[in-house]
Amino acid sequence: MDFNFSSEQEQLRDTINRLIEREYEFNKQRHAIINSAEGFSATVWSSMAEIGMLGLGIAEAHGGFGGNAIDTMIVMEALGRGLVVEPYLATVVLGANLIQLAGSDAQKTSLLPQLVEGKLKLAFAHSEAGARYDLKRVATVTRKVGDGYILSGEKIVVLHGNIADKIIVSAATAGALNDGQGMALFLVDAKTPGVNLTGYRTIDNQRAANLHLDNVRVNADAMLGSSEDNLAVVEQVMDIATAALVAESVGAMEALQKSTLEYLKTRRQFGVPIGKFQALQHRMVDMLMSVEQSRSMAYLAAVKVQSSDVAERQRVVSAAKNAVGRYGRLVAQEAVQMHGGMGITDELSASHYFRRLTAIDATFGDADHHLSRFAAGSTF
Amino acid sequence: MDLNYSPEENAFRQDVRNFLREALPETLRHKVLAGIHHSREEQVAWQKVLHKQGWFAPSWPKEYGGAGWNAVQRYIFEEEYDDAGAPRVVPFGPMMCAPVIMAFGSDWHKQRFLPKMLNTDELWCQGYSEPGSGSDLASLKTKAERQGDHYIVNGQKTWTTLAQWADWIFCLVRTSSEGKAQEGISFLLIDMKSPGIEVRAIKLMDGAHEVNEVWFDNVKVPAENLVGQENKGWTYAKFLLGHERSGIAAVGRSKRELAFVKEVARQEQLDGKPLLDHPRYRDKVAQLEIDLMALEVTSLRVLSAESRGKAPGAEVSFLKIKGTEIQQALTELQMEALGPYALPFFPDFVNGLAHAKIVGPDYGPPFTPRYMNYRKTSIYGGSNEIQRNIVAQHILAL
Repeated sequence: MDFNFSSEQEQLRDTINRLIEREYEFNKQRHAIINSAEGFSATVWSSMAEIGMLGLGIAEAHGGFGGNAIDTMIVMEALGRGLVVEPYLATVVLGANLIQLAGSDAQKTSLLPQLVEGKLKLAFAHSEAGARYDLKRVATVTRKVGDGYILSGEKIVVLHGNIADKIIVSAATAGALNDGQGMALFLVDAKTPGVNLTGYRTIDNQRAANLHLDNVRVNADAMLGSSEDNLAVVEQVMDIATAALVAESVGAMEALQKSTLEYLKTRRQFGVPIGKFQALQHRMVDMLMSVEQSRSMAYLAAVKVQSSDVAERQRVVSAAKNAVGRYGRLVAQEAVQMHGGMGITDELSASHYFRRLTAIDATFGDADHHLSRFAAGSTF
Repeated sequence: MDLNYSPEENAFRQDVRNFLREALPETLRHKVLAGIHHSREEQVAWQKVLHKQGWFAPSWPKEYGGAGWNAVQRYIFEEEYDDAGAPRVVPFGPMMCAPVIMAFGSDWHKQRFLPKMLNTDELWCQGYSEPGSGSDLASLKTKAERQGDHYIVNGQKTWTTLAQWADWIFCLVRTSSEGKAQEGISFLLIDMKSPGIEVRAIKLMDGAHEVNEVWFDNVKVPAENLVGQENKGWTYAKFLLGHERSGIAAVGRSKRELAFVKEVARQEQLDGKPLLDHPRYRDKVAQLEIDLMALEVTSLRVLSAESRGKAPGAEVSFLKIKGTEIQQALTELQMEALGPYALPFFPDFVNGLAHAKIVGPDYGPPFTPRYMNYRKTSIYGGSNEIQRNIVAQHILAL
């Protein structure tokens, strides 16, 4: 039992925090980035590559720097604190892990080094209309034609799909709609004929796209690995990404809690700082407790997402996502309330944290979805 | 970061489990698990068994008879202890008065009182609250006047838990009305057999006799029973607040009660299937389980900081607030699981005086009384509102 971080981990956190401080100031660079056409910064992305962030969790044999889910947690927490909108989760967490867990050696060798260097951005197109958060339900279909495959279907809210160089697409080769059988994964170049991406802004100023696949023809080597049964891999990668999102949520909650506390100490009404009012003090304490409980769940999720016991991994990740969904909503709503009218404005970071926390709950399964998955587990 | 227990810690856990399995009397275990009250004799006999094993006051320094365990071992012990259905140690002597005696008492205090706390030759109660002094404890009025070698104590304490069992009471008394209220308070040890002390039971809504009024009418207390300096009692009381409260979150007990909730909800039927399979009930249980998982890690984080030498401070208030919220919610779920059998009231059965209830499932009778009784948890030990004030002041600096 040890809650300490290694000195390398402390260093990692400091390096990322410095990068964010330097290149992601809320009113300056971040403001420009979220208002840019692409919704991310190529400059920041290469800075991230330079400090090794993009190689985290990727094997050294493939140009990466190794590391585990605790390291990812540290990174994601910092990104949450900094309200960073770069495609880190889509590329390094979802994309790289899908390639590592499902890809062939040749695919790992050719793709991962590019990704680590910042030259390859990925997105994962899995979710579909009508599936909500059910990972088994894939209506996009594929069939083998000659030495390649043809893909048809519609994917929704593909995170950072608007700027991805390659999109990893799940498609059914067999089985019924809901059974998760015959789930193949394809690496589809965004420029392939028949790939129609409709990019848009999400409520938190990140970007996503809907993907329409109109008889898209890809070569045989576009299939990720050789298995057509990737449900277990998809579930594992989604758990890894969910644990990462939990950590990001903690970073956002903590920053928001701190700025709200600062506001309570400086904003004066009736001749005193409003933090002197007990009605607000107690709510501030509840916010703080929510942050600490969320942090505990992020630790637990980061440790257990690496477990080989799948049921335990799913149970804990769902518990964590449910917890930050509920606690995050409390923190976000209370922060806005205590900021008064200013909390609703676009000008203050409080509303940006509010938006990100709201978005996180709706990503990879909301609090209700994960409560159901938790309660469907073996302990019930 | 590593949240797994080491092989040594797991072996330790097994030792604790083995001991409890062999040493804890079955009748007592059954009562604790079922929520049926037990007697003073059963409590004392059990505490003596723990003492013989050297595990009665594990957190005491070794020279006083503690077990010399680290924070994680203490946590494992508490978890196993609760899981086994062992009754909570009466905490007022060993957990609350002892640390004050060790830190501020004289050699005579240490020799006279600590050994008999340790072997349960004497049970203690706590004389803090008064009818007019609840959350505003420093306004207390029970007066101790120095007359030669004695103090003469007059006044009234209330909400005194298990005063009917106690041989001694440690009291906050007013020795001065000069200056600030906090500066005229002293910490006094009083023999419950002293002439002029009267204990009056307070009956609570669950029918149990747990708390009392303690009246002092010209009670003569030897001056040597004063701990530390006169008028410095408030300092000692505050010292106590941050001391030995790792167990305050009651995670082990709540885990046990959660398992019990599930067991009951698997037996209770609705529409021909277990209550636990109905999402409306199941989701409440699931959410509580998740909050408890988080609280467990939060407690371990506080413990871990403590074992790195950081004294537990206002973080303990978190544990108290969250821990009691969860305990209360669990009692609600137990009661709700009973449906109409939440209604019948069998106080003799719950108090361990009758062996048979009249109707309903065997596990039923204690649930509603406990739901009612557990409203105390967010009130006692510094109400949850006072705990929030403490966090607001000491952590948030508001």
